[in-house]
Amino acid sequence: MTNVLINAPKTAKKGEMIELKTLIMHPMETGFRPGTNGRLIPRNIIERFTASWNGAEILRMDFSPAIAANPFVSFFAVATESGKITFRWTGDEGFAVEESVAIDVA
Amino acid sequence: MKASPSKSPSLSMLRELIGRQAALVLLPAIFAASFALAQAGADKRRSGYQDMGAALQKMQDDDTANPGMLFVQLGQQLWSKPAGAANKACDDCHSVADMKGVSVRYPVMAKDGDKPIDLEGRIRLCRTANQQAEPFAPESRDLLSLMAFVANQSRGLPITPSDDPQLTPFREQGATIWGRRQGQLNLSCAMCHDDNAGKKLAGVTIPEAHPTAYPIYRLEWQALGSLKRRLRNCLVGVRAEAYPYEASEYVALEVFLMDRAKGMIFESPGVRP
Repeated sequence: MTNVLINAPKTAKKGEMIELKTLIMHPMETGFRPGTNGRLIPRNIIERFTASWNGAEILRMDFSPAIAANPFVSFFAVATESGKITFRWTGDEGFAVEESVAIDVA
Repeated sequence: MKASPSKSPSLSMLRELIGRQAALVLLPAIFAASFALAQAGADKRRSGYQDMGAALQKMQDDDTANPGMLFVQLGQQLWSKPAGAANKACDDCHSVADMKGVSVRYPVMAKDGDKPIDLEGRIRLCRTANQQAEPFAPESRDLLSLMAFVANQSRGLPITPSDDPQLTPFREQGATIWGRRQGQLNLSCAMCHDDNAGKKLAGVTIPEAHPTAYPIYRLEWQALGSLKRRLRNCLVGVRAEAYPYEASEYVALEVFLMDRAKGMIFESPGVRP
């Protein structure tokens, strides 16, 4: 069950700076914590987050085990053309989630 | 003494001066008092929200930055997902609109029982009795998500505890626990959250402990948690043995706390440090 919240404007003026905010449900288990049985809980983190605008990558970010659970990422981009902004999270245990939002640039 | 005759006029002057100053001091005091009287109806109680920094308040207010909303979203998906031998979903019996006001009213007396039941208990009861599904583990993600989804329907409503007279003994039991010293630190809930609320404990503002936002996303937990988890947290904090998960003491405390927070605005899912 993918569980993502995205806050992106639906419309923007050409050349306008817009803020994109993303939040995803993920435990971000560090791999350094012992469980109740005393053994280390295997690492389970998001390793990479990318955002692309109509297929062209606009942001790539590597996550580390020190990042808290349910990571929130906010960044800015210049609105260039109408189309689709795609966010992609990939990580341990085959984690892969992709979400897209449409934007109208006039 | 020589000084005494010369002193008496200066003394009278002093008295006069004091009189004037007293009047000057008194005037604003009278204004302040009348202002305070006018404000007497105003609520002095503070939600934990008011004691957090601006950044955390913004995080709670923005539904796409509040991690609690992830659980609300998950709860919404679970709400219409059939489960158990009965293959029923929550929305086969309940409408979402009916969930408005539930969280600000609970705990209530169980329908055919002699004990109060909180929202968590009600969801778990529905899960096993009506859906005939495997019970939720305490503080499990799906249970908390359903609680968050139901609680979110009451956001913005004032807390209006049930006025069922059968709840009275449980409210009193809750009040007794609240005032009882516990643990190796020998502290009662009231000693911190009534007597010293607003002051600092190891650099952290002691909140008044109003259950206005449960379940809450606590940054320290990096997860959503219930009021029960928060109560256990405090019990461990005073080095007391926490009641077992199924203990009735938690519900009694909740009955008392909801009454104590009567009229305060419900804001679930809250974000807390």
